[in-house]
Amino acid sequence: MKRLKATDIVVIGSGWSGLVMAKEAATRTALNVVVLERGPSRSVGDYAGGMDEINNRRVGLVQNPADQTITHRHSMKDPAAPIRQYGAFKPGTGTGGTSEHWGGISDRYLPEFFVLATHLREKFGASRMSADWAVQDWGLTYDEFENYYWRAEQLMGISGKAGNLRGKRVDGGNIFEGPRQHEYPTPPLPATYTMGFFHKAALQLGYHPYPLPAANLSQPYTNPDNIGRPACAFCGYCPSYGCMIGAKAQPTNTLVPVLSGRNNFELRNNCWVRKIVHQNGRAEGVVYMDEKGEETMQPAEVVVLSAWTPNSVRLLLLSDIGERYDPATGKGTLGKNLTHQVTSGGEGMLVFKEPLNLFMGSGAVGYGFADFDGDLREESPEKILRGGLFLRGAATGEGPVGSFGRVPKGAAPRNWGSEWKKAAIQHWDRIGPGVEMRGEHFAYKQNFMDLDPVYTDKWGDPLLRMTLDWTDYEMRQMAFGARIGTQLMETIAQVSGASLVRSERSRMGDGAFHHYNAGSYSTTHIQGGAIMGSSPETSVVNPWLQHWGMPNLFVVGSSSFPQNSSSNPTLTIVAVSHRAADGLIDQYLKKPGPLA
Amino acid sequence: MKRRDFILVPAKVLGGALLSSLAGELIPVEAIAAAQTMVKAPLRFFTAEEARVIQAACARIFPSDESGPGATEAGVVIYIDRQLASPYGKDKYRYTKGPWISSVPEHGYQGKETPQESYRAGIPLLGGDFPGLAPEQQDARLEGVEKTRFFELLHIHTVEGMFCDPMHGGNAGLAGWRLIGFPGPVMSYRDKVQKYYGKAYRPAPRSLEEILRYPVQPVEDEAG
Repeated sequence: MKRLKATDIVVIGSGWSGLVMAKEAATRTALNVVVLERGPSRSVGDYAGGMDEINNRRVGLVQNPADQTITHRHSMKDPAAPIRQYGAFKPGTGTGGTSEHWGGISDRYLPEFFVLATHLREKFGASRMSADWAVQDWGLTYDEFENYYWRAEQLMGISGKAGNLRGKRVDGGNIFEGPRQHEYPTPPLPATYTMGFFHKAALQLGYHPYPLPAANLSQPYTNPDNIGRPACAFCGYCPSYGCMIGAKAQPTNTLVPVLSGRNNFELRNNCWVRKIVHQNGRAEGVVYMDEKGEETMQPAEVVVLSAWTPNSVRLLLLSDIGERYDPATGKGTLGKNLTHQVTSGGEGMLVFKEPLNLFMGSGAVGYGFADFDGDLREESPEKILRGGLFLRGAATGEGPVGSFGRVPKGAAPRNWGSEWKKAAIQHWDRIGPGVEMRGEHFAYKQNFMDLDPVYTDKWGDPLLRMTLDWTDYEMRQMAFGARIGTQLMETIAQVSGASLVRSERSRMGDGAFHHYNAGSYSTTHIQGGAIMGSSPETSVVNPWLQHWGMPNLFVVGSSSFPQNSSSNPTLTIVAVSHRAADGLIDQYLKKPGPLA
Repeated sequence: MKRRDFILVPAKVLGGALLSSLAGELIPVEAIAAAQTMVKAPLRFFTAEEARVIQAACARIFPSDESGPGATEAGVVIYIDRQLASPYGKDKYRYTKGPWISSVPEHGYQGKETPQESYRAGIPLLGGDFPGLAPEQQDARLEGVEKTRFFELLHIHTVEGMFCDPMHGGNAGLAGWRLIGFPGPVMSYRDKVQKYYGKAYRPAPRSLEEILRYPVQPVEDEAG
């Protein structure tokens, strides 16, 4: 094995978490920082040539499942199968990781979400809580965290409108959000045509729509690092794509420009980390396969593990760091609290008479309303405790390959042939955006990650195995989302003159999936497995994301979130990474040892 | 390539992308210049007979009719041939380690067949006589295979071949984009978003290469 000269800090993964840690450490200290990235080098200049649906479908910016995938089973009684082509999520690879091809929606989490276990107990009582819930507090509060949100929002230049400014309600913003000290760095994105109907319909039903906070800039913006980016051009090649002009905040257009050229920073691409080497509770460095396939040891004083959530958890398992979670006994912490955001939404198709120009779009443009987010203000027929965020009314940009062929029920006898072709041409660009719901996913004792005993990656290392299924509670959350979402779509039809065409294939009805579906896309928001908390008995890392049993190892990212939020995670990931960086730089480096 | 099979396609299918990406290969360029309607296109994966079956099948899925040009004019068979010859056709983007098990639908496609193998299994089901059958007979044969992996791929690939960027061999002459009014990968709609509220924005479509003014490598041309 090749053994390299020791460095001060080695970072595994170059997504938001890894490069925020690297940027803070490399600019605020004189220490040497090496970032190891499994995928190829990428920069803003590569993305214009990426505006192609086929290239994006085949390879795109995602990890190649041929090299490594994950396995899944619904329960410990079922056999796990490898997910042979990515379905439910799209983990990225290359410089910037998944953070390059995200959509850009940047809501904050609700204040009580940070202390959710305490909150649920106090608000609803033990009798309303399911025995298999494993909901936990984060070990930090929204108030302690607020300024980290602000730092993340400034880094990315989030475009939005505050709804709760220092406790004062501001109409037009999200009045149900936690108090913020600052207005957003840039105003909301301009509205696309169909958004007007969503807005009008939501107001008519008494809701409080607000423009979704977007990492896709509404106007040119220069951040505190003096990095300037242009306004979003609505080109429509956004989620799943990298931004060709840098309007959508990505690590390659915010963090890499600060880091490149610094002589205490090095980004090594095509380096596949297989193990964190450790002895006596201290990480000594990492072993990786370099671009030529040579096994290489990079010793370091501090290791930052910040891969995509399941990959971070897998590396801890492969490196034998921490006690593995055993659902039978409840002992161990590594791998527990696996969650995946619950998604639902309105049913049917909004068929417009006029063309909508849906190929003009942006990853985070749209309205949301949070009237049902957090605790429901009145008991719902579905008997759930907390609702979810409802959003959209806009397209993120529809390419012709992905959008052609959708026709309302009854328009064609089958999905091929002359009649279908004619109907599909007539309806192309006339099926309006629907209504989505994003709901919290509580942690369950039975949902966890461990190593698969059968399947291996291209190096022969065991794959990560997810044991995960929906319970009746999540099915009721989805039914709630379908009911509220469909009601809004009916109102959108009324105010817009579109017709809402329902199909017999209902989200909740016969033929729908009643189990967790790893085969079709929902979101990439997999969380947990190396969660933070206030005690080593119940969590893997402390609230500074420092490993409880290994003080020179920081595990940074949404692997640390004890349960899954209704808001999308990226903003919170960027915020929590800044906090981990403060813990490392302001405390650990001055006095190495446990921070909590 | 050892074998060199050809299929007859409309001349415009060979315009632009195919000529540049297959430069050096035997293509009757003069034939295009002479505006000959049908020309021979070299095949990368299919035999000539297989290509004729697929071309005829695509023409039933996306016919040329009174609502506009279809799969034949767009060169969909060329698109599919190139995709199948590429790393994708050999499943280089899929986890292919065993053991192979049949699992629940929530785990997605678990079959061992590569896209190449799905086509090689499906084409005989349509039959070598497929191109010469009457349309109703062809539809009946297609209905007979509707539940197969082959048909699932054929359907997806036909839509892809109709509406892909022409660098991939389909959407020849931007026939698919013209059919629906998709403008192509336009870099900015910033000044159009609100100006065209409820009104069609349908400029003459342009390909990625025409917009960028430099060629982009289609993924199927990468070594694998």
